[in-house]
Amino acid sequence: MTKSKEDYQRILGSVQKPVKGEAGKTGSWSLKKPIIDESKCIPAKSGKPSCFNCWLYCPEAVIYRTIPPKIELEYCKGCGICMEECPVNAITMEEVPLK
Amino acid sequence: MHGRMPSECHNNGGGAIKMTISKEKGTNLGNTFKLLTGNHAAAHAFRQARVGVISAYPITPQSPVVEKVAEFIAKGEMDTKFVKVESEHSALAVCCAASATGSRVGTATASHGLMLMYEMLPWAAGNRLPVVLCLATRAVGAPWSVWNDDSDFIAIRDTGWIQIMCEDNQEIYDTVLQAYKIAEDPRVFLPICVGYSGYLLSHTIMPVKIESQEDVDEFLPSLRHHINLSDLSIIKGVDPVTTPHVRDRGKEGIVPGYFEYRYSLQKALENSIDIIKEVHDDFAKKFGRSYGNGIFKTFEVDDADIIIFAMGSISAQARIAVNQLRKEGLKIGLVTLRVFRPFPAKMLRELLKEKSIIVAFDRNIGYGYQGVLCYELKSALYGVKNAPYIKGYIVGLGGRDVKTSYIIEGVKRTITQAETQEITHETEFLGLRQDVLNEYDESEFFKGGENK
Amino acid sequence: MVNVLEIPEEEYIYPGTRACPGCAMALIYRMALKALGKNTIITVPASCLTVLHGMQGFCTTKISVYHTPFATTGAAASGIVASLEDKGLEKNINVVAFAGDGGTVDIGIQSLSGAVERGTNFIFACYDNEAYMNTGVQKSGSTPLGAFSTTTPLGKKGFKKNMTKILEAHGIPYVATANGSYPLDIYEKFSKAKEIKGPKYIHILSPCPPGWGYDPKDSIKVGKLAVQTGFWPLYEVINGKFMLSKDSKRYLDPSKRKPIEEYLKMQKRFRNITEEEIRMYKQYIDALWADIVKRIEE
Repeated sequence: MTKSKEDYQRILGSVQKPVKGEAGKTGSWSLKKPIIDESKCIPAKSGKPSCFNCWLYCPEAVIYRTIPPKIELEYCKGCGICMEECPVNAITMEEVPLK
Repeated sequence: MHGRMPSECHNNGGGAIKMTISKEKGTNLGNTFKLLTGNHAAAHAFRQARVGVISAYPITPQSPVVEKVAEFIAKGEMDTKFVKVESEHSALAVCCAASATGSRVGTATASHGLMLMYEMLPWAAGNRLPVVLCLATRAVGAPWSVWNDDSDFIAIRDTGWIQIMCEDNQEIYDTVLQAYKIAEDPRVFLPICVGYSGYLLSHTIMPVKIESQEDVDEFLPSLRHHINLSDLSIIKGVDPVTTPHVRDRGKEGIVPGYFEYRYSLQKALENSIDIIKEVHDDFAKKFGRSYGNGIFKTFEVDDADIIIFAMGSISAQARIAVNQLRKEGLKIGLVTLRVFRPFPAKMLRELLKEKSIIVAFDRNIGYGYQGVLCYELKSALYGVKNAPYIKGYIVGLGGRDVKTSYIIEGVKRTITQAETQEITHETEFLGLRQDVLNEYDESEFFKGGENK
Repeated sequence: MVNVLEIPEEEYIYPGTRACPGCAMALIYRMALKALGKNTIITVPASCLTVLHGMQGFCTTKISVYHTPFATTGAAASGIVASLEDKGLEKNINVVAFAGDGGTVDIGIQSLSGAVERGTNFIFACYDNEAYMNTGVQKSGSTPLGAFSTTTPLGKKGFKKNMTKILEAHGIPYVATANGSYPLDIYEKFSKAKEIKGPKYIHILSPCPPGWGYDPKDSIKVGKLAVQTGFWPLYEVINGKFMLSKDSKRYLDPSKRKPIEEYLKMQKRFRNITEEEIRMYKQYIDALWADIVKRIEE
């Protein structure tokens, strides 16, 4: 097998490149996932950008500021902050079976 | 050591240097000789290498380096960011970060400053940052000593740095310029320590030829760094946590573990010896000054049976000893090691395998064992059939003057011991005042220690 | 105060990091990066944040990060700024040091003080989870009175180091406190800080579910209680002038402050706190606000 580069030529300065899901699919960390009830959600009901507490307080940046907000369950760790901070209790944590 | 002129030393490099000492003391920094201390020679080299960021903390005997740098900057002769840090640990941290951001960096320290910096030494090596560190070698406490020995220099040896020891002030200036070229070579990217004796070189004035800025710029192109955080078009994380294992993320790539990172550091360090030689030879071609073969210097070695092995400024005394012993009929020569890391084991083995006796003089000691040059040389000659008889002596710790007579004494003692071929690992100190030691007693200070 | 709709949507941290569920530091970092924007270089010492950034070969952020040994955050930031200045790039790039409480208050205090004294143009942000959380909850100089840690199992004696007072004494143009539960305030403070020239310091309380002992869903609630009890006033000191932040203004009135017991009882780390220590907390809060009142009236 021919070497592409001699060992001494490999400058390894220990650098990283950005990727999504560096820790894997962190959604697998929790069986409980947030589900938004669109009949209660403020932006969903009004059709206008408003509230977005769930988007604001999510530490993982897995909630998107759409109407209604969309949650990327594949990476959501199920912490429950969005449920606690929703002013109209539109979010419940429900057990979602692992795919 | 006093009053020695460098022209006598380099007769193996192609003849004595013709010197015309410039009468002007002003700031015209062209093609002239200047009378400079070792520290100032290093400062001039930093200036001409167009170092981008210098970060250093004052410590005896290195302080004049940073003082001179500050003077150059104040006079507008040096366009460098001088970060006046609050400790040596921060000094090397600033240099590493600035180097990773893509600037040419330099620092200087000694003794305890180096000990404080120690955490950052493997960091610079592992991150492959071309930092140049000038070390004005000084003894390490306790007890305090500001005087010269090589204990701080040897402390760097296991961290992955290239280490070059200088013998006189011209060599300091030349080596710092060469150091940047070596460190920034794409086949190297390693930090380099340029060592020179504290006080004996750092504070002693010698004539040093300062080259023209145009010539230095031609020799030393600007830095093209491999990390360069300032280039925001390539996002990177630098120095993350690694694991013992290889990390396989399929299409995103397979990343080696810590073991491979460190292997590549070792390989780079081993290979750097070729580049050190290359840069030394390029420098000699351009500026007409050489230092042995760049790795070590030899003096009267070809027909010698007995070899003195040393490093740094004590070679001056060793050369006088060789001349004296030759007059007495001994076939003796001197090998002065210039590149301490990577240790040139193969080259030394080739040179020395057929010699009968080698006497190593260490201005340092690996406590609990022997002088570092002695035992590293022994390991380099391991496996050689009919290997030379090797003996080491410790001299000059804490600035104890190294007299020519000690070197002669050491050689003669070794010749006697070699006759019996008895291998002694006993570490012998030359220049020790055993008579004073026999009489001195501190026990009266310790009397209050019993529990009442 | 900025409105939630005015906060830029773009995220600078990819989902799927190693942060604990409910980690306030992750939220703080997320908001700070939104304010700082993409022309930023971050330097991070050994801390929980090191781990959030990802391990060998792969990182989680859309901005470049330089990891540095524990004691050297301030020095590394100085080095990056010096190099940018040497290259003439310093006007376009924010340099921000993001350290935990250990790397700021204890081992990192020397290099922080040095960097600030030199007038380095950078922001030093301390996310304070009040112990060495990354190595398993050992006490730091920022651990509060009576809190459990593995090295103070009976509860820490002695108060938190007041880092904002220490940094104010350095005479820098901007010192502020913030809190992970007030993301809009964090966004505003970072936006303001990046426009100021010179050293800036922001000290952010960062509740930690495993370290403090509460359910992750309550991270925001716990952080809010710290402010609502008056224990963690939000303020800025701009060129020596004290300004209480909007979210803390109503607590100038002691009757509006919630009782400190409510904050302490939510966290398992205070389970062994004594009555005497609770009384000391009340005294501390009263003295703190008496000082604030005096500074506002000046």
